[in-house]
Amino acid sequence: MWLIMTLVAALITTAIWYIKAPDDKYKLGFLSLMFWGASIMWLVDHVIAYLQEGGEFLEINQDAILLGVSVIIFGLLVWGISLLLSDPKGVIKKILAKQ
Amino acid sequence: MACFLVVAGEAAVTTVVQKVIEKKEKQPGSEIKNISGLSWSRKLGWLNKMLWGGTLLLALEHVWHGEVVPWWPFLTAMENPADIAPMLHEMATVGGAMAVTVTVVWVIMVLIAEARLKASAKVNTAGAGV
Repeated sequence: MWLIMTLVAALITTAIWYIKAPDDKYKLGFLSLMFWGASIMWLVDHVIAYLQEGGEFLEINQDAILLGVSVIIFGLLVWGISLLLSDPKGVIKKILAKQ
Repeated sequence: MACFLVVAGEAAVTTVVQKVIEKKEKQPGSEIKNISGLSWSRKLGWLNKMLWGGTLLLALEHVWHGEVVPWWPFLTAMENPADIAPMLHEMATVGGAMAVTVTVVWVIMVLIAEARLKASAKVNTAGAGV
């Protein structure tokens, strides 16, 4: 389930990045590439596990959904930290200069 | 088990390569040139973002499933000697396949971007000649 949720996150962030492109002030390109990287890696993992062990391709249960939500939150957290560190609008610089 | 470590290894190597190329590109009279205008450091940046991003999110999944722990030896498979060989096999097969697939997707991305840029440059040149 986390594969599907990460893929959806990758598609949404890519769509938002494309709407805003070529301007990428808020590093949406980074966010979408992060979700795409994870989606590709999980897709490979799922395909190999399915070919080797069989069974269900996607795990659909509460734990898998919770993991999917956690993955998206973690991805957004990494993006948020990177955004704050690079401070593209110079907001943090201005706040610090005021004090 | 630890398949994401293979991708992390590739990411570490490509990050170093990107930094070295970036440094060379900034030097005046740099020999690293591209016909399309897309710099190699920028293209490698796309690969690095996919590799590091994927590694981070997969690391979270491994922590969630109890395969990675915050204490030595960090990988639960390393605690039992019988699990080490299957872990290394998984790293070689699944981890290797992940790294290769992400890299192939990146190569396709670069080829498409280069082709689009070349095509738009041709249109501009033809337009200027009219």
